[in-house]
Parts: sequence; C-alpha cells; structure tokens
Amino acid sequence: MASGSVIDPIHQFQIIKIVELGQPGGVELAFTNSAAFMFGIVALVFFFLTFATRGRTLVPGRLQSLAELSYEFVASTVRGSAGNEGMKFFPLVFSLFIFVLTANMVGMIPYAFTVTSHLIVTAALALLVILTVIIYGFVRHGTHFLHLFVPSGVPAFLLPFMVVIEVISFLSRPISLSLRLFANMLAGHIAMKVFAGFIVMMTASGVVGWFGAVLPLFMVVALTALEFLVAALQAYVFAVLTCIYLNDALHPGH
Amino acid sequence: MSEPHGPAGIIVAQASPGSLPAASGVEIAVPAAEAHGSNFPPFDVHTFPSQLLWLVIAFAALYLLMSRVALPRIATILEERHDRIADDIEEAGKLKAESEAAAEAYEKALASARTKAHGIATETRDTLAAEAETRRKSLEADLNVKLAAAEVQIAATKTAAMANVRGIAVEAASAIVNTLIGTTPTSGAVEEAVDTAIKG
Repeated sequence: MASGSVIDPIHQFQIIKIVELGQPGGVELAFTNSAAFMFGIVALVFFFLTFATRGRTLVPGRLQSLAELSYEFVASTVRGSAGNEGMKFFPLVFSLFIFVLTANMVGMIPYAFTVTSHLIVTAALALLVILTVIIYGFVRHGTHFLHLFVPSGVPAFLLPFMVVIEVISFLSRPISLSLRLFANMLAGHIAMKVFAGFIVMMTASGVVGWFGAVLPLFMVVALTALEFLVAALQAYVFAVLTCIYLNDALHPGH
Repeated sequence: MSEPHGPAGIIVAQASPGSLPAASGVEIAVPAAEAHGSNFPPFDVHTFPSQLLWLVIAFAALYLLMSRVALPRIATILEERHDRIADDIEEAGKLKAESEAAAEAYEKALASARTKAHGIATETRDTLAAEAETRRKSLEADLNVKLAAAEVQIAATKTAAMANVRGIAVEAASAIVNTLIGTTPTSGAVEEAVDTAIKG
C-alpha cells in the first residue's frame, strides 16, 4: 500500500462516483468516471466513423481510408475465421473490436481511465460473446449444437473423458477471454506507473538520482511503445477469438 | 470474482493483509465509499452494478450505432466503389474488344485493297501489253506490205532502168561510132556489141 503520496500505481484504476443514483433494491448505482469514459468511447467511435465517411468519396481521403480499413480488417477477420455465414455477426464483432481497441487506446492517454482494466467489464464482454454462441448455437442447430462437445472418431471408452474435457475447455473460454484482456491492461498500466514512479523518486533524491533516473526513463519509453502494441493486439485477439467461438456456433461438430 | 459479498467480507479481506491494526474499527465507522479507496479497485464488487449498467447501455448504443448507421454507410461506400471498378473494367474490356475488331477490320480492308490494287495493276499491264502487241503487229504487217510494194516498185524501176540503159547505150554507141568513123553501123551489130559489154 502506497502511503497516500505521489506514487500509487493502483490509483489510476479508481472508480470515482460522479453522480450518485441511490441504491435501488440495495444495489449501489452511480454514474462514474468509468461510465463517462464508456460513453466517451462510443461517441468517439461513432463521430469518427461518420465524420470520416462524410464525403462518401469514391477515392477515399486519409480519414475515410482509416474507417474503411477498420471495416475491411474486421470483415476479413470474420470471413477468415467464421466464413461468409459469420458475416451476420459482423456488427457484433466490429463493435467489440472497436470498443476494446478504443478503450485500450484511450487508456494510454495520461490521466485517462482505462475501461478495459476492470475485470467486470471484460467479463461482461466475454459473457456476451459466449452467450451469443450458446443461444445462437441452440436456436440454429438445436441439440445438434451439443455435438460440439462430442469429438468424432474417438474410441467409445475415451468419449466420456473427451466430453468432460471439451465442456471444461468451452467453459474456460469466457474466463480466459476476459482475464487475458483485463490482466494485460492492468499489468501494463501498473508497470508503466511503477517505472514512472522510480523516475520521480530518484530525481527527488538529488543530482545522483537524476542520472539514475535515466534507466527507468528508457524503460517507460519502451513500455509505452509496448503498451500501444499490446493495446492494439489485445483488441485484435479479442475479436479473433470471438470469431473462432462464433464459428463453433455456426458449425458445431468437429 | 470470488470476492465475498457484503461489507463484512470486505473488511475481513482488508484486515487480513495486516494494513492497520485499527482498520476494522475505522472502517465500520466510515461509509462504504470511503472504504473503496483502500481496496483494489478492479475487485471492488460495490462498483460492479454501476459498471455493468453503464457498460450495457453504452455497448448497446455502440452496437446500434454501428449496425444501423456507421457500418451500412461504409459498406455502401465500398460497394459503390466495387461496382464502379467492375463497371469500369467491363467498359474497358468492351472498348478493347471494339478497338481490336476495328483494327482487324482495318487490316482486312487493307489486305483486300492491296489485293485489288495488285489485280488492277496486273490487268492494266496485261491490257496495255496486249494492246501494244496488237498495235505492233498491225504496224509490222502494214510495214511489211509497204516494204513488199516498195521492193516490187524498186524491181520494176530497176528493170525499166536497165532496159532504158541498153537503149541509151545502143544509141550512144552508134552515135559515137558515127562521130569517129563517119559511118553508121548496123543496129544489129551495135546491139550485139552492147549486150556483150553489159554482160562482160
């Protein structure tokens, strides 16, 4: 526990209530900084995409290229993992990708709150994916969807074990999906804060400390670059895994 | 996730790392909002309902805005461009085929014109040659006729001239003899002498 002074690497994850909404049904509700950032992300994404495509030009400008690029990138990911049939989930995958990407990127802005550094948020997104898979799988294929857990070509005596393993692997998907994103964002931001804290501590200790602070400064610069990479990569990983899981709903049976 | 619910659970969780000896006493007194400050925020279950509520609203809004407005808009732009490019390629293909057909027709016309020109040239040359031949032949025939006539005339003239020469020679001889010796020889003797001279 940091002693309430300058360096508290956990402080950046603090949920701050902006407007209290009372406790309906004994549940505490409030409009928080997290909520403000969520709506900020939605607004940013929407206004960027509509502003970038305002000209609807045949030969795209820079912003329009960016908007088209994001569209085609996600579209090709969906097609590659889940086939053309998967395109019915394209708006969902695109929304997930762009939400996570923007949340991660916005989180890189100093003093900004990182929405995806909270487990409840990533868990909710992962649950959304897995519930979509389960509900669509049963609606589309009925009980045939359960073939997902019964790998073909396995000897009968092994089948019970295989089914158990398949069920466990299926159930662990939302957990790994949410934890991966949450842990990446959390750890990266803490690491950056800790190394930045070293700089402050060392420079505060005098002239020798100024030279000593050079090393953590390099670390912070390198970590910042790495974090940008991780921010983009985790959004992509989230989208790709979503596509792969949706492919199971579209085509159960191995 | 497995964080126990309720304020009592929170206090136990906080007290166990051994932060402050008086922690439990203090935190019972302060309101829950204060207690959040010392907890690890991502595992603070008190913030979960709010976060979930706003996430659901925000993400639903994002999904609707994307699926209803932004994505169809980009899709339209991409589709229009795709159609336009396909159209242009088709148009270019058509024009290319047209120009190829035109080039072929031109080549064909050129070849037929060349053949025709060649034919005309050959025909003309043949006609002219035949005409020249005919004219030459008729001219030759004409000339032959004239030559033959001329030869006949020459022969006649020559014969006539030869006849005249004998007469003149006989007269001249008798006149010369008369002048030399004063007597006129018999015409029979002179003629005989002249014939002998002409033959010799």
